[in-house]
Parts: sequence; structure tokens; C-alpha cells
Amino acid sequence: MTRDVLLDIQGLEVHFETRRGIARAVNDVDLQLYKGERFGLVGESGSGKTTMILALLRMIKTPGFIAGGRAVFDDGTDLLALSADKVRENRLRRVAMVPQGAMNSLNPVMRIGEQIMLTMREHGEEVDTLEAHVAQLLDQVGLRAEVARLYPHELSGGMKQRACIAQAISLRPRLILADEPTSALDVVVQRQIMQTLRQLQLQLDATVLLVGHDMGLMAQFAERVGIMYGGKLVEVGTVADVFRNPQHPYTQLLISSIPSFERRGTFKGIPGVGLSLLDPPSGCLFHPRCPQAMERCSVDEPGFTHLGPGQHVSCLLYEKDE
Amino acid sequence: MTPLLEAHHVRKVYSGGGLLQADKTETVAVDDFTLAIDGDTPSFTTIAGESGSGKTTIARLLLGIAPPTSGTVRYRGVDIGAMGKKDMRAFRQDVQAIFQDPFEVYNPFYKIDHILTTPIEKFGLASSRQQAAELIDEALRTVGLRPDETLGRYPHQLSGGQRQRITIARALLLKPKLIIADEPVSMVDASLRATILASLHKLFIDFGISFIYITHDLTTAYQVSEKVVVLYHGTVAEAGDVEQVIKDPKHPYTRELIHSIPVPDPGNSWIEEAVEEKDVEVPDTTTGGCRYTPRCAHATDRCEHMPPLYRLDDGRVASCVLYDDREPLDGGDLTSIISVTP
Repeated sequence: MTRDVLLDIQGLEVHFETRRGIARAVNDVDLQLYKGERFGLVGESGSGKTTMILALLRMIKTPGFIAGGRAVFDDGTDLLALSADKVRENRLRRVAMVPQGAMNSLNPVMRIGEQIMLTMREHGEEVDTLEAHVAQLLDQVGLRAEVARLYPHELSGGMKQRACIAQAISLRPRLILADEPTSALDVVVQRQIMQTLRQLQLQLDATVLLVGHDMGLMAQFAERVGIMYGGKLVEVGTVADVFRNPQHPYTQLLISSIPSFERRGTFKGIPGVGLSLLDPPSGCLFHPRCPQAMERCSVDEPGFTHLGPGQHVSCLLYEKDE
Repeated sequence: MTPLLEAHHVRKVYSGGGLLQADKTETVAVDDFTLAIDGDTPSFTTIAGESGSGKTTIARLLLGIAPPTSGTVRYRGVDIGAMGKKDMRAFRQDVQAIFQDPFEVYNPFYKIDHILTTPIEKFGLASSRQQAAELIDEALRTVGLRPDETLGRYPHQLSGGQRQRITIARALLLKPKLIIADEPVSMVDASLRATILASLHKLFIDFGISFIYITHDLTTAYQVSEKVVVLYHGTVAEAGDVEQVIKDPKHPYTRELIHSIPVPDPGNSWIEEAVEEKDVEVPDTTTGGCRYTPRCAHATDRCEHMPPLYRLDDGRVASCVLYDDREPLDGGDLTSIISVTP
């Protein structure tokens, strides 16, 4: 089964210039996102997952910069090559973001309805129908119409996150980027918000790129998953393949380190410490911590090996000798 | 048993508003909490709850950082609010704290060694420099750190996981009877959580140190602890053996809480199944009724009065009118529920 590609990311590079040298926060990432899919991007802090979505939004700030690559929409638009005013126009219409801390992303002195209307007005939407549109958006995210007249401090954390989602979908984006949208919320509310996000994704036929480190959430929400380590994408596959049959040694350790209600009193961590992007190891970035490391892992950089339908891994174990 | 640390009908009320606002608002952070930690038999108890449940307030009350509004916290029978210098010193050695943020507890200008040598000096734990070095060496190795990789470095040179393990090593130096750990793994990466939890578990098993593990994360609670107390807005919803409470929750809130946890198994219907609970604004903690009523799918008129903790057949307790045909737990005292039979 071939699926239509919505966004084709090729060779994405994001670098940060520091006094101690260049840090490659996103390191030669290739990724295709399909139309109407839910894709989960997983990684530890510093793995480059948030940087990657900020690059797609063109929100990388100095000393960081996009050092290379393309991110081409199905209509031929390259997100990374847009001019400054096109970037603005592009946000919300093509790509929208659901932020991590909803409490910090709403204007505290503006009513919820006004905030949503403001963004739509800025994007040149019809003024007369705005109020009705806001009521409809609030309804879509499960909020009462009265919420439009409230200020952010009058809402609970979950309601604030819903308001942010209403704003994000206001111009019917085709790609919704969600950076740990529920990490600040309690689990019961988290589930309600994720269910709302999924319903909206189906209604809009949008693609959702969910970024986070909660493997449970990924398993439940995503259809495909990508694993990042040290700025590199090391494995991509369907959620079932990645969780039940992980191939990359890092993914294997990550999956076995997930706490669950199955085992008590056993603790499996990943040995070693995370890498420094300023002083990355040679060869495969994971080799110093890898239990299956071979001699050539400290020399050769692994490419991407195609394993089966939709499953890719970046590891020398799977590369045949020439 | 000889109680080491007890909370006796402790209540903590925070009042807001005040000076400028005419209407003073009151929030009951912890309402009538009673529990004693045994000084003889080690126990590992999780106090679990979501934000606003009062779990951190309980930690602060037990550590003597915040005074209770009413009720007492006692260390070896003495009220810690009225304790003399000598008792206070013993309390500060016997009961150790591990906090959430391994970045904030360090002074960035001092080397890591400073946080380890200070308790040795203050409590006179070593008679010579060499003995002090040996103690530090041993404590670091116990928590899985290599002294040559940690000593002589500055906090910024270490990862969050390493820093958190150093705070555990520091607590260990004092040979405490009880460690109160407030969300010790919530700020470290998933891959390192297991290592830190393993260190805590080892101190319980090998050194007989009791733990109060405060967390919002029931999966890690299940992994490390023996007993669990689930809080909801300042009151105890359910408490008992971790295996019973997590595998078969009885209180409607605990049930909803546990079913809401996304499990790392892709074949589940978490995203589809309807959530029973209603998403409502923060409940008023000053009303007399069950705090969970506004969100509860099983709420009835009988929920207007705060239900006591009822004893269920398997030895756990739950505070819900669904079980009002059972015996209530005497004085709401959780001691017998959380103590571990040796």
C-alpha cells in the first residue's frame, strides 16, 4: 500500500553556533509524513525532536540556524525556502502548532474569543462571520461557547489546552505539530485532550506530528513512530513494529526500559550517558552506549537501511558488507 | 512498633486573597491526614496524586518545611514544631529529602564534592579526611556512580540523572531511617528513570531505609513501592497494597486515573474508549462533601457528606459511599494499611 506523501523532509540540518563549536542538533534527517496520519517522534531531551518541528515552523532562533535540507509539501512548497512574509502566511494555513505549556501561550489579558479572532483577522479571514466561527471552533474542541468571553486564568489547564487547539485549527491546517501537548496536564485530562486531537485530525484529514518522550502516549496515539538519538533519526516504523519488534539497539533498550504494570521490582535503564552534541563520538553516535557495538561502529557512519514495508533503521548491524 | 515519624490528623489550609481582595479564598491542601512510619520495619510507600492533590504539601509537612494548620507531625513522639536543638539534629539526620529538580539543589559555584562533604562535617560522620573520602566513595558506588567521573566536577558538567543520583548518595551518607523523595524522577529522561528508581529500591532492600515516594506517576509507583496512598484534592481516595490498588482499583477516581494511563502497548483502545469523568473546573475544597463528586460518574445525593475510609475485604481502604456497608477505618489512621509485615 502506498500512501500519499504530505511533507517530504530531505537532509534536514539544524545547527547551533556556540563558543565551543557547532552543535548539530538535527543531523541529516530524512522523513516522509503521509496525508492524514498520526506520526510520533520520540527521543530523550537533546535528541533534536523539538528543534526539528521548530525548523518546520521556521522558528529557529539564533544562534541556531537551518543549515540545509528541504521540507516540501505535496503542492511543491518548500517550507525551508519560504520568504519571511510567506512564512507568516504559511503558519496556521499549512502548518500549525499546539504548544507544550498552554498556560504560557495564551495572552493573559485578552479574552479567549478575541485571541482566536485576532489570529484569524491577521490572516485575512472574513470579519462578519468570525464570531460564529469562534463558537464553532470552541464546540469542535469540546468547550462551551461562553468560554469565548473568559480570560485564560478562568480556565483549567485542560480547558486552556483546548483553547490552544481551537486556535491551531482555526485555519484548517494540513499539518498539526504537537510538542508534548499534554505533559503539563493530569492523566485523565491528558486522555480527553488526546481524544479530542484525534477526532479533529480525522475531521480535518490533517497530519499530526506528535513530539514527546512518553512511550505510552505514543503507543496509543501514533500510527507510525520515529526514534531520534543525538539529532539523528535512527528508526522509523509502524507503531506495532517499533514497539513489538524494535530493530535498532537504542530502540530495543528504550522499549525495554519503559515502566509498565507487568513487572515489579525490575529496573532496566539504558547504560551510559547521553552524548554531547559539541563533542559527538565518531562513527555511529550510539556506539559508546551500544551493547551490540562492533569494531566498525566507531569508524563508519551508518546509513538508512530499508528493512521491510515502512520500516527503516540506521544501524550497521543491518548493513550488508560490500 | 515504635513510630519514627507520624502525621497526626494533619490539616493544611492555604488562604489566598487577603489584603487587597475582599473575599478571602481558602484552599484545603491536606485534610485530616494520619499515618505513622515504623522505625523498626522498613516500608516503601507511594503517595500518589495529580497536581493539586496535596502530595507535595504532605512531603513538606513531614519534613517540617511547612507547619500544619492543625494537627501535629511527630518525630519519635515529639512534635517537630516544638522540638529542641538536639532532637532536631537527630531528625535532620534520620529523615532525608530528595527533591524533584536535580538542577536547583546545587550551587553552581561549588564542585560536586561540596554537597557530599558538607553533611559529613556538619554531622561529624568521619574522624579523618581519609575516612570522609571512603564514605563518599562508598555512597557514590552504591548509587551506581564512579567517583573518578563525578568528584572534582561542577554541577553543569553532569547530566540530570547523575545529579539526581548524587543527591541520593548525599542522603545515604547520613544513614537515614527514612527518605522522603518528592518526584525524584519526573525531570530525568525515561532511559535514566529506571536507574534512579533502582538505586532507591536498593537502599530499601539492602540498607532497610524506609521510603515515602511522592509521585503523579503510578507506573513507577507500581515498580518500586509496596503500598500506595492515592490522594484527591487533599483527601485520601484509596490506600492499600500496590498490587491490589493498581491492578483492581475500587474508588471511582482511582479507577479513572489508572485507566487513563496510556500503556505502551499499541493494540489498546485508549484513544477510543469514552472517558467516564467530566472535565470541570477546580473543585471547591472547603465544602463538606466528597471532593470527587463534581467529576464522578457515580455521584449521588449521599456524596454530600465526606465519606470515611471504608475497609474493604482485602485489607485496603477506599473513601467512597459505594462501600458504606463496610467498617470505617478507625480515625482514618493509615498506619496499619501502609506498614509492611516483615
